[in-house]
Amino acid sequence: MERPAWAPHGIDLSVPSVSRMYDYYLGGSHNFEADRAAARRAIEAFPGLPKIMQANRAFMRRAVRFAISQGVTQFLDIGSGIPTFGNVHETARAASAEARVVYVDNDPVAVAHSRAVLADDARTDILAADFRDPLSIVGGDPVRRLLDLDRPVALLLVALLHFFDDDDKPGEHIAGLRDALPPGSLLVISHAATESLPGTRERGNRLSDVYRSGGATLVMRTRAEVTAFFDGFDLVEPGVVPLPDWRPEAPVEDEDPIVHAGYAGVGRRA
Amino acid sequence: MSPSPSGPAGGSLADLGTEPPDGPRRFARILCRAVFPATATSMTSAEFEELLVDLTTRLATALHARPFDPTPARAVGEALVAAHCTAVDSLPRVLGVIDAYLVLYCADPATLTPDEARNRCARLQHAIAAGFAQALQERTRREQESLSRAAITAQTEIAEALHESETRFRAVFNDAAIGIAIADMAGNILNVNDALARMFGGSAHQVRSRNLLDLTHPEDSPDIWRMQRELMRGEREHYRVEKSYARADGTVLWTNLTVSLLRDADGEPRYMMSMTEDISERRLLHLRLRYQATHDALTDLPNRSLFFERLEQALSPGSGYGRVGLCYLDLDGFKAVNDSLGHAVGDQLLIAVAERLQSCTAGSGQMLARIGGDEFVALIVDPPTPRAVTELAERALEALASPVELGGRELMVRASIGVVEGPTRDLTAAEVLRSADITMYRAKAAGGNRFALADPDSDARAISRHHLTHHLPAALRGAEFFIEYQPLVAMRDGSLEGAEALVRWSHPRHGVLGPDRFIPLAEHTGLIVPLGRWVLREAVRQACQWQVRGIGGPRPLKVNVNLSPRQLHHPELVEETVTVLEEAGLPPSSLCLEVTETAMIRADENELRPLRELADLGVGIALDDFGTGYSNLANLRRLPASTLKLDRSFTLGLQRAPADPVDLKIVEGIVSLAHTLELSVTVEGVETSIQAERLRDLGCDSAQGWYYARPGPPEQLPEAV
Repeated sequence: MERPAWAPHGIDLSVPSVSRMYDYYLGGSHNFEADRAAARRAIEAFPGLPKIMQANRAFMRRAVRFAISQGVTQFLDIGSGIPTFGNVHETARAASAEARVVYVDNDPVAVAHSRAVLADDARTDILAADFRDPLSIVGGDPVRRLLDLDRPVALLLVALLHFFDDDDKPGEHIAGLRDALPPGSLLVISHAATESLPGTRERGNRLSDVYRSGGATLVMRTRAEVTAFFDGFDLVEPGVVPLPDWRPEAPVEDEDPIVHAGYAGVGRRA
Repeated sequence: MSPSPSGPAGGSLADLGTEPPDGPRRFARILCRAVFPATATSMTSAEFEELLVDLTTRLATALHARPFDPTPARAVGEALVAAHCTAVDSLPRVLGVIDAYLVLYCADPATLTPDEARNRCARLQHAIAAGFAQALQERTRREQESLSRAAITAQTEIAEALHESETRFRAVFNDAAIGIAIADMAGNILNVNDALARMFGGSAHQVRSRNLLDLTHPEDSPDIWRMQRELMRGEREHYRVEKSYARADGTVLWTNLTVSLLRDADGEPRYMMSMTEDISERRLLHLRLRYQATHDALTDLPNRSLFFERLEQALSPGSGYGRVGLCYLDLDGFKAVNDSLGHAVGDQLLIAVAERLQSCTAGSGQMLARIGGDEFVALIVDPPTPRAVTELAERALEALASPVELGGRELMVRASIGVVEGPTRDLTAAEVLRSADITMYRAKAAGGNRFALADPDSDARAISRHHLTHHLPAALRGAEFFIEYQPLVAMRDGSLEGAEALVRWSHPRHGVLGPDRFIPLAEHTGLIVPLGRWVLREAVRQACQWQVRGIGGPRPLKVNVNLSPRQLHHPELVEETVTVLEEAGLPPSSLCLEVTETAMIRADENELRPLRELADLGVGIALDDFGTGYSNLANLRRLPASTLKLDRSFTLGLQRAPADPVDLKIVEGIVSLAHTLELSVTVEGVETSIQAERLRDLGCDSAQGWYYARPGPPEQLPEAV
């Protein structure tokens, strides 16, 4: 088995994993005590965090359905994490039987779990790769095998980019992926933000500290910064907005205001 | 159970399987509004509400069932878990709404008393909670298990990948042609590969018991030790040196050694790795190639390039030497040995000469090189006295004094030596060699078998042989050659018979040079062939012109052209000569080719054939310089010659009055013999009227010399005689 250069030399389950913490926020049990302890500290630092995660999931599902409504049935979901209920391929498949999905993650446990869950699904696969190495993603086997890169693809960077600070040059990697995709492709981004919800900056800083103490990065970005990620894409209506405001399917007033701590947007490759 | 259209729920519950009545739908809407925000479901709220309508219908049915059985409510709890209503406050919200509104919206008061309804509602809630708890527990266990399984799978995969990658690297390590050792920071060797063990001619164990610092051998050079210390302090990532090791068996191992620092994840120096490349073979090959490039294959002496390298080294300002001495030695008559005895003998002779000379130059600071065919040069760096250099030249001549025995034959070896000695600061290598060359020629011109000392004045006048050789081709292309004609006179009436063509070089720097200065060089380099061809064509053209203009009276003028030994061997001699004659339209009988007696008598029948063919065509052949080559007179018959040109040495004695009687007799004898063989006789070097008279009396047919005319341009010929 070829081991990617970035892959860890072992798995330390005493170190929290952002994908298993995410699962915990969503009420799942695909997590270990270290993940839960970190997630509880995160919720303590930023009460309402699980709500944001749910709103994020809801946005992701709306975006997937939007893509299908635009005729885009191929999905490349980077940073897919632990596959739980209502994942991209389930949502997409519910809207179109044609849908094909390639998940990408660099967490070996998430990859192994995904592989087990997706074993019987011929139109969905998982690729062990890193967002910072776009060439290994677009050149990877599942992408080549499942996706037709001559037809539009929906690239999902959902709740991913805030794990990379500017030193990681996320914009460059997005550009690398963009260049491999044909016009008409969609870029779906959601991103942690405190700017979008007044009075949350202090909590956001505490949350970032929690992630940092677990060896991860969590960067809040402004609307302008998130919008900049759409370089080379035309933003579809309503642009980059707080999570629940992106093409809501139910009255927004029902939502807990905390879910406004996060930006979402979809762009179409020109 | 009878239908009750007036029930609080506003619809009949009896008609299951069709559109649920108003009551349960309204209840479901309330439930949805309360619970949906607390779910993590992937359903939209509309979809979720549809699910809740179904669950409500089941609860309403169970509420009215007789006998009452709360079990179906467990499935409702399970369904809620399946719909991910598992957030901490999901269940309380569900139960709260059921407790408050289920009876109100879904109970039929006609069939259930309020107490009964409340009682049943409570028991349904217990069942929902039980079903919820069980489903959640199962889901949790399932998820935990699948996650653990994934973790184990991932760990196994990583371990396998690590193992494979380690196996791969181990294979690279073990099978590498390069010797690798890994040591801790104290130099203790932890791993060595087979290649390294092989290089040191021992087992891996032997090498491993050593210290890396032994391999880096600090005593070799302070530089290595310095770089090694920098590496150990983490200030240097690697260094590379060329190093030799003495093996246990006494042989020497030459290596390219690279020592690198390996750091741990925190960047701290952890290991040192040495990579050793065995370059012994390559080095040997390099040395061998270098030796071959700098030594003469025949004598094994240093060659021209090594000699120059040493000389330049000695003359360079930083050399620390004050003076150099140089003996430039050229064998006298070596060409004759090669020509008469063959190259194999010539080579043997050179080897013998090299050996003898080497015995004279064994001192320190002395070097003997062979820089050309029969040219040797001895270099003395910092001679104790200038005299030491001439002593060396004397010793060299002495060493060559006794004959060399080769294949039962004793060969006399004679040599001319040019000696140069002087301060290094004033000289360049090219100047030294040029001066030595010129001086050697002076020794040779003085009769050979001697040495001459360099003298700046004669140097300045002399023209280096190398210089001329170098410039000959360009001179030929640049039309720097021209021809002068010396009249040939018929002795019986003093009339003009013809002229000998004599080539000159109008050298741009050295003025007009006679053939003696460059013909031997041209002969040596082979340039004589194109030069001779040019002379022949030019002379024939000139003769033709004279004939056309009727110069020389009724008898057509002839032209004599010299032919060198090399031209004699040229395969196209006959063809070219005929072509030249035909192109110019000159009758063959108007051309006479002069070949020296030495070249002619040395020629075998094969080499004479072209001359014979030319003679048959009517071309005259003259035996030039007759009397210098010790001809077997009997052999004259077989030569294709038509004329003897008597060497000027015979005529010298006839200048005196009275004439040397022996010379008179000799010339008389030769003329008589020549005439017997039907050869005409031409004499050279006639300078006085007495000479001319005597030679005519002796029966000579033709003459040339200053008495008649000096060589001059062709247009002077008509008035020359």
